[in-house]
Amino acid sequence: MPLNLADAIPDTSSPEREFLWTLNFGPQHPATHTTLRLILTLDGEVVVHAIPDIGFLHSGFEKLGEHLDFNQYVTIVDRMNYISPVSNEISWHHAVEKLLDIDLTPRCKYIRTIFAELMRIHDHLVCCGAAALDLGAFTAFLYAFNLREKINDISEVASGQRFHPSYTRVGGLLCDVNDVWITKVRAFIKLFYAAYADLTKLLQRNRIFVDRTRGVGVLTKEEAINRSATGPVARASGVTRDLRKDQPYLAYNDFDFKVVCSTEGDCYARFLVRMEEMVQSIKIITQAIENIPSGPINIDVNSKVVVPNQMSVYRSIEGLIQHFELHMTNRQWETPKEEIYAATESPNGELGFYIVADGSGVAYRARTRPPSLLHFSLFPHLIVGHQISDIPAVLGSINIIAAELDR
Amino acid sequence: MSFVDIKEKLTAKFENLNLVFSSFRDNDRVVVPSSELFEILSYLKTTFCFDMLIDLSAADYLHLQGATHRYGVWYALLNVENGERLIVKTHLDDPDPRVSSMYDLWKGADWMEREVYDMYGIEFDGHPDLRRILLPDEFVAFPLRKDYPLRGMGERHNFQSVIRSES
Repeated sequence: MPLNLADAIPDTSSPEREFLWTLNFGPQHPATHTTLRLILTLDGEVVVHAIPDIGFLHSGFEKLGEHLDFNQYVTIVDRMNYISPVSNEISWHHAVEKLLDIDLTPRCKYIRTIFAELMRIHDHLVCCGAAALDLGAFTAFLYAFNLREKINDISEVASGQRFHPSYTRVGGLLCDVNDVWITKVRAFIKLFYAAYADLTKLLQRNRIFVDRTRGVGVLTKEEAINRSATGPVARASGVTRDLRKDQPYLAYNDFDFKVVCSTEGDCYARFLVRMEEMVQSIKIITQAIENIPSGPINIDVNSKVVVPNQMSVYRSIEGLIQHFELHMTNRQWETPKEEIYAATESPNGELGFYIVADGSGVAYRARTRPPSLLHFSLFPHLIVGHQISDIPAVLGSINIIAAELDR
Repeated sequence: MSFVDIKEKLTAKFENLNLVFSSFRDNDRVVVPSSELFEILSYLKTTFCFDMLIDLSAADYLHLQGATHRYGVWYALLNVENGERLIVKTHLDDPDPRVSSMYDLWKGADWMEREVYDMYGIEFDGHPDLRRILLPDEFVAFPLRKDYPLRGMGERHNFQSVIRSES
């Protein structure tokens, strides 16, 4: 049993393996975007063995989850996959709400759905843009980031923060959206199609981009299933699973959209699946934004799970008591002494939370099922036999977010 | 195959074992003894076609009221054909918490088992590459155990930094 990294690196000193050489890639390298380290064994320029070394960004999120209450921990999960923050929040509170058996108000469901889909577009734009950037297509990256900026503006209008909104709360949302937000989302839908057309033209018929991604890093369907791939990575290999259709949560039942799949399983297929998923997301947003139900965003205060608004805290004794109950560390939520696994379809794949509850408002164990970790464990398998210049293509196509990978 | 069928077939196949079935919200769970875990999971994989291992992790029940065992390890399974899910759970105890590795059934278990080993010190027999994944190799504690303090045990302050002349 190898005990440390040095034991895992293949020995290249013996005469018959003398032609191999070992190369350290990262942790600081432009193509890794954050901090990933690879130890590559190369035969000329061909990778024969790759060992990922992760953990440079490990910051003990799960330990913090055992010490922060359900509403406080949302600021931490937000920072896991930081290119689709609200998706993580929705996923975390989806698990908490399932534990507490809360049914959200229709308005809250719609707003959360719109946010989840905006975040999917945000994530895919950054992923496709950065993947193109690594392969030399700088212009496409700028078009993608320009559009992404608009989504940050939308988050800002809703919550006051652009990047880490911490927008969801147990049983509802931080605050209601206003007309400006609606106008901004409508404007974004119009902008999206123009920018999407630009991106498509810049990449899908770009000879260099297509040549460097087609047939590279092929993941077969069997491998995808056996190695626990989910989300766009699995769907590009022909696994037709999407939690939005399988176990419809939020308001996904109300909308007409398709699950995008491919059978190729290479980097180009993963890119195409992501591009097409953005179109399906904008379809959902278009349907949802015109049909947001009226009514409250939070569930009834009498359910004793939502923080009452300022008016009722100051003007009514029930609101005051409720506010006090939820903020005193020895009171808070009453949870069943149970364990639950709940997952949502985040842009990167299945993002699940396994909560062990001990009856208090702080999770006894808050396990995250990070899609990035499982997708990065595919990497050594995908890269073997390819050249060193294919590493950015494969890394870009599986969209590794180191903060979620290491937590 | 519904949960009822799985329940029937599993109890018929492993009748001398104490399998505890339960459901909570939409989660269907079965608690199995750790000694027979590999047989039960491979039976579930072949018979009920649970071909994807969605999640594998553990918890330390040291301070949980009413807990009878120190550790719990769970396996969330998914049938890719029909989307059916099942959570299989097993309990382990000190000293020497160990359970057989599921690497031979699902390759996806590789890093998840390494993470559990890293965080809880639970060893997986038969894992080909069981070493720390997130924490540095020199780390000696298992930080997600409940007897490990939130603010650490001074590893950060005592971390040996290498200066250029020494490297």
